[in-house]
Amino acid sequence: MAREVSESCMDSLLTEIVSSYCNVLYATKPELAARRIEAIGYQVGHQLSERYTMERPRFSDHLEAIKFICKDFWSELFKKQIDNLKTNHRGTFVLQDDKFAWLSRMSGEPSTETRGSAPEAGNKAAETTGMHLYFPCGIIRGALSNLGIPCAVSADISNLPACSFVIRIKV
Amino acid sequence: MAPAVPRSGDAIFANVERVNAELFTLTYGAIVRQLLTDLEEVEEVNKQLDQMGYNIGIRLIDEFLAKSNVTRCVDFRETAEVIAKVGFKMFLGVTASVSNWDTEGTCCSLILEDNPLVDFVELPDTCQGLNYCSILSGVVRGALEMVSMKTEVTWVRDMLRGDDAFEFQVKLLKQVPEEYPYKDDE
Repeated sequence: MAREVSESCMDSLLTEIVSSYCNVLYATKPELAARRIEAIGYQVGHQLSERYTMERPRFSDHLEAIKFICKDFWSELFKKQIDNLKTNHRGTFVLQDDKFAWLSRMSGEPSTETRGSAPEAGNKAAETTGMHLYFPCGIIRGALSNLGIPCAVSADISNLPACSFVIRIKV
Repeated sequence: MAPAVPRSGDAIFANVERVNAELFTLTYGAIVRQLLTDLEEVEEVNKQLDQMGYNIGIRLIDEFLAKSNVTRCVDFRETAEVIAKVGFKMFLGVTASVSNWDTEGTCCSLILEDNPLVDFVELPDTCQGLNYCSILSGVVRGALEMVSMKTEVTWVRDMLRGDDAFEFQVKLLKQVPEEYPYKDDE
C-alpha cells in the first residue's frame, strides 16, 4: 500500500507556506509571495506528473492529457475526480471540483465576510484564500508542463465550496 | 520497556483522514528548495523551517490532545515516550524511539529510522549544514510549549548527511506550572 500521512500534516504545510511567504518573507510584496507559492506548487506538480505517467504511453492530444489530470492525477491527490470539465475547444479548459478539499477546511467564507461590517478583515481573509489557490494552480501548471503542455492556470472561487481551475493552453 | 508504554498511535492513525504521502513529501521538498533560493543562507533556512514547525506544533497540539485522549504525563520521560509513540504515529504514520537520557531526565533524543519527509530526497553538496528535517523538531518544540514546557531542540544525526538515523535532542529548559481554573477530572 502506498504510504500515507495524516491530512493535518498536508493542511499544516499549506497554511505555513502561505503564512511564511505572505506574512514573513514577502510581507510587503504580495505579488512576489504569490509567485513563490505558485513556484512551489509547480515543482510539486511537475514531479508528481512525472511519477504518475511513467508507465503510460504519451497522450495523443491536449484533451487526453487534461482528462488524465481530471481523473488519475486528481484522484491521487484528493481521492476524488474533478466533477465537471468544460472546454471551448480553443485551448481553454475549466475544471470544477465541487468541494475542493484545500478550501473546505479553511476558516471563514471570504465571499460573505467581505460584505460584513469589517471590510478590512474580510479583504484579508479573501486575500489569504486567494494566496492558498496559487499552490494548486501551480501544481496543475507544473503537471501539464511536464506533459509538454505550456499553459496558464487561474482559479475561480465565486461558487464556494466549489472551485474552478481555468487552464489556458499557450499556442 | 514495552510494558511502560502501553499507548500507541496505531489506532488513531488508522482512523484519521489520510493523504498520499508522496504529495506531502514532495511539497515539503519544494518548500525547502524554494527557501534555499530565497534565503540563500542555509542557517536562515534551518531557522525558517524550525519556525514553520513551531507554528504547526502550537496548532497540532489541540488535535493531538483531542484525538489521543492522553492523560497528564507524570514526567518528561513519559512526555517524550508519548510524543514518540503516539504523536509521530498519529500524524506521520511512523514511530520514533527515545534514548540518550541524561541523569536528570530532562534531556533525551528522539530517533527516527523511517521518515516520510525524506523519501526521494538527496542533498547536493551545496546544502552542507542544512538540517532538512528542522520542521519536525520545530513541531515538537511548539507543541510542548503549548503544554507549558519550554524546550530547546538540536539536530544530532541526519541520514541525508550519511548518518544511520535521524536524531534530534530535546532539552527541557523550564516547566511553567499550570493553574487550572476548573476542577480536573483526574
